[in-house]
Amino acid sequence: MILYELIDYSVLKMIWWLLLGILLIGFAVTDGFDMGVGALLPFVAETDIERRVVINTIGPTWEGNQVWFILGGGAIFAAWPPLYAISFSGFYLAMFIVLAAMILRPVAFKYRSKRPDPSWRTAWDWALFTGSFVPALVFGVAVGNVLLGVPFSLDSDLRMTYEGSFFGLFSPFSLLCGLLSVAMLVMHGSVWLVMRASGDIAARARRFGTLASALGIVLFAIGGYLVASGYVEGFRITSEVDPNMQANPLAKQAVTESGAWMINYAAHPILWLAPGLGFVGMLGTMLLLQTRLEMTIFLFSKSAVFGIISTVGVSMFPFILPSSVQPEASLTVWDASSTHRTLFNMLVVTLIFLPIILVYTAWVYKVLWGKVDEETIERDNHTAY
Amino acid sequence: MELSVVDLSRLQFAMTALYHFLFVPLTIGLSILLATMETVYVMTGREIWKRMVKFWGTLFGINFVLGVATGLTMEFQFGMNWAYFSQYVGDVFGAPLAIEGLMAFFMEATFVGLFFFGWDRLSKRQHLAATWAVAFGTNFSALWILIANGWMQHPVGAIFNPDTMRMEVSSFFDVLFNPVAQAKFVHTVSAGYVTAAMFMIGISCWYMLKGRHLQIAKRSLAIASAFGFASALSVVVLGDESGYEANLNQQMKLATIEAMWETEPAPAAFNVIAWPDMEKRENIFAIEVPYVMGLIATRSLDTVIPGINDLVDRSKDRIRQGAIAWDALQKIRENPAEASEELRETFSQNANSLGYAYLLLPFTDNPMEATTEQVDAAAWSTVPNVLPMFYAFRIMVACGFFFILLTTVFFYYSSSGKLDTLREKRRWLLHVAVWSIPLPWIACEMGWFVAEYGRQPWIIESMLPTSAAVSNLSVTEVLLTLAGFVLLYTTLLVIEVSLMIKYIKIGPEDGEEAVAPPPSMQPVPSSATVPAE
Repeated sequence: MILYELIDYSVLKMIWWLLLGILLIGFAVTDGFDMGVGALLPFVAETDIERRVVINTIGPTWEGNQVWFILGGGAIFAAWPPLYAISFSGFYLAMFIVLAAMILRPVAFKYRSKRPDPSWRTAWDWALFTGSFVPALVFGVAVGNVLLGVPFSLDSDLRMTYEGSFFGLFSPFSLLCGLLSVAMLVMHGSVWLVMRASGDIAARARRFGTLASALGIVLFAIGGYLVASGYVEGFRITSEVDPNMQANPLAKQAVTESGAWMINYAAHPILWLAPGLGFVGMLGTMLLLQTRLEMTIFLFSKSAVFGIISTVGVSMFPFILPSSVQPEASLTVWDASSTHRTLFNMLVVTLIFLPIILVYTAWVYKVLWGKVDEETIERDNHTAY
Repeated sequence: MELSVVDLSRLQFAMTALYHFLFVPLTIGLSILLATMETVYVMTGREIWKRMVKFWGTLFGINFVLGVATGLTMEFQFGMNWAYFSQYVGDVFGAPLAIEGLMAFFMEATFVGLFFFGWDRLSKRQHLAATWAVAFGTNFSALWILIANGWMQHPVGAIFNPDTMRMEVSSFFDVLFNPVAQAKFVHTVSAGYVTAAMFMIGISCWYMLKGRHLQIAKRSLAIASAFGFASALSVVVLGDESGYEANLNQQMKLATIEAMWETEPAPAAFNVIAWPDMEKRENIFAIEVPYVMGLIATRSLDTVIPGINDLVDRSKDRIRQGAIAWDALQKIRENPAEASEELRETFSQNANSLGYAYLLLPFTDNPMEATTEQVDAAAWSTVPNVLPMFYAFRIMVACGFFFILLTTVFFYYSSSGKLDTLREKRRWLLHVAVWSIPLPWIACEMGWFVAEYGRQPWIIESMLPTSAAVSNLSVTEVLLTLAGFVLLYTTLLVIEVSLMIKYIKIGPEDGEEAVAPPPSMQPVPSSATVPAE
């Protein structure tokens, strides 16, 4: 059967680049506010009942949101196997830290309220904080490293050698990206709390959200300046590339070059919309946080997340994982994907299931919508977290 | 003993998978049981069934999160520790993992929130639908992960592409409908059903012994023993189907399970007990039942099952053939654009033994020039350690038959309405059920061991050896994460078990039936009151 030839290989590669972008953004938008809320937990809520309110604003839905992360892993594996192989083995210890932190999160949600003992509950509060703050930071640091180029090389068997170290991941630029990621998700989490909680909690969340969005604007601007000024070098393909080529990253030539991450903007000025959306989103959130326009603020906050992540994607296109030590081994959209057949089959599966997922997720949110406060927790004492 | 990165990575994968598999079977089985009980509730409208769903649902929840938490690691560690594997087979292996996320994980994770928090926000039927969605989600996830695993055991529908240096899908259909994957799926979910049934039977019997929550305990026993009986039969029958498939595809696995060194005339005998010696390559002693093995594995009287020694000899041929493929591959890749048709033809004729050439790489740099001794050594490396295979299998099977027996007994007592007789006169049976609670977990872990350790030295059967699939990491890095996972998982397991015990001791909420027992029932002793939290 040659059904898959209905769509050109290069088009499928492009579609999968977009789909992976949607998955990452889906993760950052949904699990993002969970992480923001978790990172804020010890600071926006003081008493046990307040903390339960905060936890229960995300309690029934965090589990589904986290699947975006798992699906991201699976989809990268299926669509770009070398990316899956190189990034996760290269960032080995950082990945372990992310996993260990994220493992604490589900357990903390579920087990915290199972014993009344205050020290038990405090311990789980910090587990929730760790499980939210650490991944938010490490994801940002990882993105920073990807923008800088990752020190990996490939031999002719496509076996990878990673030449960096764990501590080498933390450069000034990557830390800046890490902080931007934390600021972005804390802002997003604050907006969520403003929407779903009330009273003191919402008031504190407004303060943290304003601070985080202001910080986000500054960090995003500095990061942008560092890239545009050429402090952070970009990558550029120097050989002919056939977008329909079989996937072998070593079949091209590439170089490191100052300002290469700006090439796409010069060629397609419409792409400025992405960083523009990031700024407008954060600015709008900051300015409106003191008002009652909760849904509008949430829309701005989501746009900020969308804009910031898209900025990284469009700056680097067609690169997805550049190599700082062997630029020609960099992974790009054209040479690191699965086969034509697999990309097609997976597209069909995704087109069937993604809309279904969106429909039932929306329904579940609708059923569970409403402000959470101390009264609702006391009423549902047995079922609430 | 000095451990290499390969050994440590295997240990870490085994550890994280075995821990994950402590929680998954119970989730798979209990989700179906919850949905069944809730269906009864919706159909009859009797409140007691709702309380049962809530009680077993609490235990389900305590277990479920750890399945979710430990599952995170599973999704990423192929890339972390098995980078070359991921690159080599991602085109085939990644798809089922991604589909698992799309089709199964989203469904179970999204609806599980409604299961716990939706009681007052949904109609009865809507809530029931949410519960079934959780049950289907968990069971679908087993399907997709076993399609992925089945492919590692029996890699169909894919060919190696010298230009991209990886296996690529040639038939998605064959990957999905891989007979090994289908047999494994049904065997594994049945094992999950048995686990949940034995768990429910054991805990209900404990309440019977304590004289607490009798109405709920009896109903739970009725449903769990019927479900458990059917599942225990199915797990054994379909395990046999797995064995049959193994005989077709993984003869070495079968031969080591049976500690069968020499090929015997058909139908082969079954070793009930034996002491295999890897050094001498023979069994020091063995108790045999004639004919049985041949009948089970081949379903015929005259098909010969090859023994370990013969299989090693066959491997030698494939190693030589693999070396030719390996050599052709090197030449093609020196200049892919200009490789002659003849060279590509030589490669593709021998390509399906390419993996065997990798077995020589620990012994020589150039497989084409391997000596007879090196080929011998590589061929013997295809034999997993026989002793643990032999006994792990037997422990699993013994557990399986015991589950059939125990569930039959309880099914008899509950369907004939004699559960009170048990409580009055055959208390030892209740004790047996309580003490049997850990057995399904032992059986499941043994089953995992037989399937995965028995696949060694291959990560993908006959295609890629485990030793060639590992990431380029240092011993220190893997030791650190191994220690980290052991510490984290063990802490979480201890907390999980203590919470389980706490909530089992608290027990379900009793309704009116416990206050006014029917005349046939003994009054509930005072110790039965629910301890205040």
